[in-house]
Amino acid sequence: MDFGQRAKDSALTAFVALILAIPLVGFNTNLPSGGPDIAMRWDWVAIAVAVVFVGRFAIGLVPRRRQRERPPVVSLFLTKHQNILGWTGLAIAIVWPYLPFASQYLLDLATAVLIYIMLGWGLNVVVGLAGLLNLGYAAFYAVGAYTLALTAAYWNFGFWEALPLAGLMSAVVGILLALPVLRLRGDYLAIVTLGFGEIIRIVLINWQSFTYGPNGVNGLPRPTFFGLPLSARAPAGGETFAQFFGIDFNPAQRYIFLYFITLALALLVNFFIVRLRRLPVGRSWEALREDEIATRALGINPVSVKLSSFAVGALLAGFAGVFFATRQGFVSPESFNFQESATVLAIVVLGGMGSQLGIAIAAIILVTLPEFGRDFAQYRMLLFGAAMVGIMIWRPRGLFSIRTPSILMSKAKR
Amino acid sequence: MSALLQVESLTMRFGGLLAIDQLSFAAEEEKITAVIGPNGAGKTTVFNCLTGFYRPTSGTLALHRGERPLRLERMDGWRIARDAGIARTFQNIRLFAGMTVLENLIIAQHKKLMRASGWSIAGLLGLAPYRSAERAALDRAAAWLERIGLLDRADQVAGTLPYGDQRRLEIARAMCTEPVLLCLDEPAAGLNPHESHELNRLLLSIRDRDRVAILLIEHDMNVVMGISDRVVVLDYGKKIADGTPAQVRSDPAVIKAYLGEPEA
Repeated sequence: MDFGQRAKDSALTAFVALILAIPLVGFNTNLPSGGPDIAMRWDWVAIAVAVVFVGRFAIGLVPRRRQRERPPVVSLFLTKHQNILGWTGLAIAIVWPYLPFASQYLLDLATAVLIYIMLGWGLNVVVGLAGLLNLGYAAFYAVGAYTLALTAAYWNFGFWEALPLAGLMSAVVGILLALPVLRLRGDYLAIVTLGFGEIIRIVLINWQSFTYGPNGVNGLPRPTFFGLPLSARAPAGGETFAQFFGIDFNPAQRYIFLYFITLALALLVNFFIVRLRRLPVGRSWEALREDEIATRALGINPVSVKLSSFAVGALLAGFAGVFFATRQGFVSPESFNFQESATVLAIVVLGGMGSQLGIAIAAIILVTLPEFGRDFAQYRMLLFGAAMVGIMIWRPRGLFSIRTPSILMSKAKR
Repeated sequence: MSALLQVESLTMRFGGLLAIDQLSFAAEEEKITAVIGPNGAGKTTVFNCLTGFYRPTSGTLALHRGERPLRLERMDGWRIARDAGIARTFQNIRLFAGMTVLENLIIAQHKKLMRASGWSIAGLLGLAPYRSAERAALDRAAAWLERIGLLDRADQVAGTLPYGDQRRLEIARAMCTEPVLLCLDEPAAGLNPHESHELNRLLLSIRDRDRVAILLIEHDMNVVMGISDRVVVLDYGKKIADGTPAQVRSDPAVIKAYLGEPEA
């Protein structure tokens, strides 16, 4: 490009900037002096246009490097050292509450990360393995959380009684949703699941007589240690955890305990999914993602494949929901909006669809990232958004873009 | 020899288009039956009716296996594959491209493995019956990979294989479902002469060694005339000839519709 062309190109870009800048930065509204009053800030507009013109011109001067297809270095590295990374992560997770800088805040954050890891793994079964785009995953999460809240409110159920029930309820709801959408795929399925997610939330808001409506449910049960509550005072005729072991009560015990049972369940979930992936069900999920017609031609019923993936995904969301609810001690419908589904989906996509470790890393990034922005308050979401864009440019296929085969001839023989 | 598959007055209508018109033919056990015809003659439609992808407008498709014939036109596609034992390949290869060669063959053995995994419970617990079933599945896959010459590529991603290898892998995958009838939709399309010669040998070995009947759509006359026991010729959805390759080759109707000028 010669000088004239470049100037013309920059001028055109500056013109677009002008059109955008007038409404965006040009208008200045003054309300206090009686009635709305708009003043034009032409100086601001001029600055914006000038910056765009100069910027565009400067970019043109930098010689453009040829875009080359680069090997997925990061993916290769991560995949190769998967085991080491996984075990290191687990070791850190176990000693986390006892590290010198550990605080109640960091412990609570780590619990939240673990819950999102579980959610990510659950959604991964549906989206990553079976290839069914689900935008209403928060609905299953909500079913789990509300199972704990409502069974406690109506029948005085404890945490441990509610946990399996919540998984079961979510799985049933998952199957009920899957039944009408069996024929749908891709975008259409995404829209229906999006609608389903909203339906659950709106039912929770409006069915006041049963769900306590938008006010939510308070005072949810906390997990007990084999029946021993982790609280300051013992219930009538019982003992607390601290009394039983003859130690002083400390509120931190409660956080550490919740953290460890969340970690334990997360590990169980991981084992469950890794195992399932190597079983015929897991392979049929992946086959469905790869090619539904071929799957059918091999005598596999696509209906049961879809139902099983929805059910397993929902089951895990139900468990995660119980942990979420007990961590907060409170649930309300607003915790289960679309943003929640989108975050979990972002975790799965960023993790590299199908990879357990990738999803764990992605969950850590996406849950802790907004926390770093706390000091910037209003720029927090902007920062978060920019980071997401950056990640997707840098790693468009996720952190782990290399799939680990479920069975290897080289390992099976001999 | 008894007929394995009996197609009787099969008709398939798409709106105003009559794709198959009162077609009747049979495929015999342990024989290779070829269905040929010009483009648009309705060959693939016959396959799609047979494998449950379309529901025929009228007519019957009976598979003679066991005491009572199975009525394929009333079965779901996946049941035809699982219970009737009809496996197929596709004109445009449909492998699980992102998965490995071995995984493709293991998925094909879903029926047995799923049963052995006891609805995944026994599999989750890693019980011995499941482990031995998986072992057997692996052996079967290895045997097929040996036959199609891909054993050393077992752990490679299927989508990265050369075209000819993908074709053979798709046939091996279909064979891993342990079918009684193998339906191949243009297996020689896009193969070079050497590869198509190899394909002939593979198909003959499936007929003679595995004793599986083959129904085949093909344009490559070397393949059709070289290995078929019987040839059915379609034109505009109607059967215009049916017989041995030699009979069909000299049939004036076929020459007129399909083969062009008669050879001197």
